[in-house]
Amino acid sequence: MGMRKVAVVGAGMTRFVRRALETPKELAYEAAKMALDSCELTLKDVDGVVVGSAVDAFDGFHMKGEYLSDGAGGWRKPFIRHSVGGATGVFSCIHGWMHVASGLFDVCLVVAEEKMSSCQPHPQGAFLTVYDSILERPLGLNLTWIVPQEMNLYMSYYGYSSEDVARVAVKNKRNALGHPAAMMGEELSVQDVVNSEVISWPLHRLDISGVADGATAIVLASEGVAKRITNKPAWIAGAGYNLDTWYWTSRDLVYPVYVEKAARMAYEMAGIREPQKEIHVAEPYDPFTFKELQNLEALLLADRGKAAQLLADGVFDRNGRMPVTPSGGLLGVGNPISAAALMKVAEIFWQLRGEAGKRQVPGSPKIGLAQAWGDMMQAGTVVILKN
Amino acid sequence: MEKSVQLKGTAIRESDIKEGKVLSIEWVPKAQYAWDTGVAIGHFLEELKGGKIIGMKCPRCRRIAVPPRMFCELCYEPNWEWVYLQDWGVVRSFCISYLRWDASRMKEPFIPSVIELEGASEGMGFFHLIGEIDPQEMKAGLKVKAVWKDVKDRVGAITDIQYFKPA
Repeated sequence: MGMRKVAVVGAGMTRFVRRALETPKELAYEAAKMALDSCELTLKDVDGVVVGSAVDAFDGFHMKGEYLSDGAGGWRKPFIRHSVGGATGVFSCIHGWMHVASGLFDVCLVVAEEKMSSCQPHPQGAFLTVYDSILERPLGLNLTWIVPQEMNLYMSYYGYSSEDVARVAVKNKRNALGHPAAMMGEELSVQDVVNSEVISWPLHRLDISGVADGATAIVLASEGVAKRITNKPAWIAGAGYNLDTWYWTSRDLVYPVYVEKAARMAYEMAGIREPQKEIHVAEPYDPFTFKELQNLEALLLADRGKAAQLLADGVFDRNGRMPVTPSGGLLGVGNPISAAALMKVAEIFWQLRGEAGKRQVPGSPKIGLAQAWGDMMQAGTVVILKN
Repeated sequence: MEKSVQLKGTAIRESDIKEGKVLSIEWVPKAQYAWDTGVAIGHFLEELKGGKIIGMKCPRCRRIAVPPRMFCELCYEPNWEWVYLQDWGVVRSFCISYLRWDASRMKEPFIPSVIELEGASEGMGFFHLIGEIDPQEMKAGLKVKAVWKDVKDRVGAITDIQYFKPA
């Protein structure tokens, strides 16, 4: 398609915490600075800046991108901000890739930030403003009224039990114990999850990731620059994104077709024909336990209705046949929306370079995938990295 | 990135703010909007006031959609024809929610549901709440019927239907 090769050459992030002292701009700065330092670049080397941030209402800054620009290194540079809700963080990588692949920039700094704690009394209230103003808001629709319905349908369609999905929380929270940014790393049993408070049946408290403050950044470079500054570039081999209808009540709530379409777009670009064999490590989106399983199936990394058994068999463990969410994910590290999804891309970057420390999966993985889900629960974004 | 890396980011507590250990500024937005209800939903609401649920049929794919829209998002064609639907249907999905929007908890749960109304195309769900049921009795496939407000209390809003109850 006449596109240039693009590599991730650096990454950085803040700790994810329930409530950060730092402002959104300060969080963006810390992550961006760490990412630049990691590849020994300075802001002078950056041609353009991409910022991803999901929901303005969390931080309380309408037009958050403009506010974040200085912290994200955007001063007097080509600067652009996007938002696709929860899918933002992975799309940030895609958006930056577009700028470098097109030939517009040689070095692009990509920053994702979310500070949810500012929204009172609880950031969940921000979701009240995203639904249909005439037919849905008067009934009080909220995220925890939609997601568990999808979970209920998904689980009953495939006959998954609460225990089946709870294993995702057990695995991811355990994996997060090895992550320096994590706020929800914990050794739990399946019964701990199943016996936790019923929030919105069938959703239990420990099925849900934690709202958080944090930022993540990556540095993208064109082939020439990447080869000059690092001997371990992680090439962006595939990128895909897709949107289903906004009318959530008429969507297929069992199978997220839009995630499959995004995955197929990325696989085709990367020349991947058998994802289950060719993807060595995966970071699918896990804001809720069942979502990781549902996403793995839509990403074609597990056959439909088989993800729970593979999980129970240990296939997705960090030392399993296909490690899934070795970072600890949103369930374990925490979920500052856009920053959490870009953290998944950063994790694949660190895994492919052998720099994941205690989280390192064995066998020197060569190809990894990160995915996120968002907008009105209708967006799928997928990135494939290859070293 | 090794576990030993010291990442930036300072955790504070809610109490640090409440007790003034961390300075903070409060602001309560007073955003006000008046949304006109639009062409398709405007008519849908007028019909609700009259105790009827109306959908739209796409002349090309023959799909009968509810809530109605002035265009078919699949065929991308205008000029649908109005079709009356029944005020009963079957529960496609539901959950039993104890959580309010501000994350506080409720003793009596809400039961939000996607209902497939009789007369609409398969897979065309309608969002509303279920009432007059023991949550333990909820199940997919349950037949439910709209409980309307008294005619004099109807204003042309989605809340003209109070909820759906087992039929």
